[in-house]
Amino acid sequence: MTAASGQVPLVDYLVLGPAPHLEASQCTECGARFFNRRNACASCSGTSFARVPVATEGEVRSFTIVSRAAPGIPVPFVPAVVDCDGTSVRTNLVNVEPDPDHVSLGMKVRLTTFPIGTDSNGVEAIGFGFEPQEGP
Amino acid sequence: MASSDVWILGIHMTKFGKHPDQDIVDLAAEAAQAALADGGVTMKDIGVLAAGNLMNASAGLGQQLQKQIGQTGIPVYNVANACATGATALRTAIMAVKAGECDLGLAVGAEKLSGAGLLAGGSRAADDSGRGWTPSGRYGAVAGLDGRVGTETMPGVFAQVGMEYGHRYGGVSFGLFARIAEKNHAHSTLNPLATYTRKMTLEEIMNDVMIAYPNTRSMCSANCDGAAAAVVVSDARLRTLDPDQRRRAVKVAASVLTTDPWQEACQVLPDVNTLTRNAATTAYEQAGVSPEDLDLVELHDCFATAELVHYDNLMLCKEGNAADFFASGATWRDGSMPVNVSGGLESKGHPIAATGIANIWEVCHHLRGEAGPRQIDGAKVGLAHVIGLGSACGLHILEKAAA
Repeated sequence: MTAASGQVPLVDYLVLGPAPHLEASQCTECGARFFNRRNACASCSGTSFARVPVATEGEVRSFTIVSRAAPGIPVPFVPAVVDCDGTSVRTNLVNVEPDPDHVSLGMKVRLTTFPIGTDSNGVEAIGFGFEPQEGP
Repeated sequence: MASSDVWILGIHMTKFGKHPDQDIVDLAAEAAQAALADGGVTMKDIGVLAAGNLMNASAGLGQQLQKQIGQTGIPVYNVANACATGATALRTAIMAVKAGECDLGLAVGAEKLSGAGLLAGGSRAADDSGRGWTPSGRYGAVAGLDGRVGTETMPGVFAQVGMEYGHRYGGVSFGLFARIAEKNHAHSTLNPLATYTRKMTLEEIMNDVMIAYPNTRSMCSANCDGAAAAVVVSDARLRTLDPDQRRRAVKVAASVLTTDPWQEACQVLPDVNTLTRNAATTAYEQAGVSPEDLDLVELHDCFATAELVHYDNLMLCKEGNAADFFASGATWRDGSMPVNVSGGLESKGHPIAATGIANIWEVCHHLRGEAGPRQIDGAKVGLAHVIGLGSACGLHILEKAAA
């Protein structure tokens, strides 16, 4: 773990440090990429994977603006699929007004990280999102 | 000479809506007994029972139903397959008949969903419970991901499905999706079994409570209670039945179930497109029909954003042309390709396991010429489609034909 001590990533595919990025498991047989723990490749059933960095900039391929969510989940938020140089990433769009006038299909975005809370041991959890490449 | 065809002999759906005085077995029994009566047979004639229920799948609805309407010792298959549960139950009965294990099968789907609220979401509490952040699950997550890394709730997932189509092909807008709901709510006024039967103006739909842009509440399927059941029969047995039973029997020209083949991004945002297109391709081939031959289509409009993409997936329009196809008026009940003349899931309601048999009921109703004021005149071929996220696609083509 390259994270500074006292920090933990929200998910194990988020790599912290001076240049935060997402990391995928890439099938060494067919190149399919995944973000979760694997038993085998869903595309070719191969069992060998390499960790590869995912581009930190991309384009919004789809989005929604959630106004009603399960209890305890703050709204509104902006789920999206971002195409990072051919690898699709599930994320929220952040640092953007959550309304259709400010979010658009094809919008250029980049990875950003931010604290989501501190536990009873003083360890900070760091989450990620994608923000517009150009300011408002 | 008898063929390997399988026919719908009897079919029924209950009124969809709130049924506080009926439990799930009551609903299943009402649908099953009415389907048996519609087919002119009894539980004693049935050789296999397939029972679908999703939200309480471990309860064994099939055996509970037998204990109320007839314990004849036949095999029961309790099935759960997300929103394709009903279609899966029907297909299970069809497969048993096709395999020659029996001549008559019964498929039932029932669900109690009134007041269920948003489905899925909030899968894990977002706190550390005093233990410190502890990675768990397949993403090694230290906190709940719903709301932090996208959404798990259905309106937001299917909103993205529709928006993605817009990104790929253009032409979509909030207004376009809302007009799809306007059509389905207009259609529902002719369906007394629908949960909601009120026509809604475009303005009302667009100004309704926003759930997940661009889906407002009236663009989402309605949670409700309901059941549907169908009796299927082999061609050989049908030939021995009386002329009226034979006249009303509807041929199952195609019965297909698919899952999603791997595609880039399919584990990031569910791909509801490829498996539907694959199912449609197989079904048209099985039935020997093309999309232009269809007189009506009941497709899985769990959200207005979903209906649009399935115009394309079912090849009702040219690839990429769904927005223009809808704008042409083709899918209204007086158009060239009526879609969801029942009112669709947005107004008829979506009692999950019942849906995949209720849409078959709707198509059969028209093919039998029994649909009353909402009858599509001269309907001979119809298609019923459901999709369960995860994913499973159930697709049936029904044909009016003489046995």
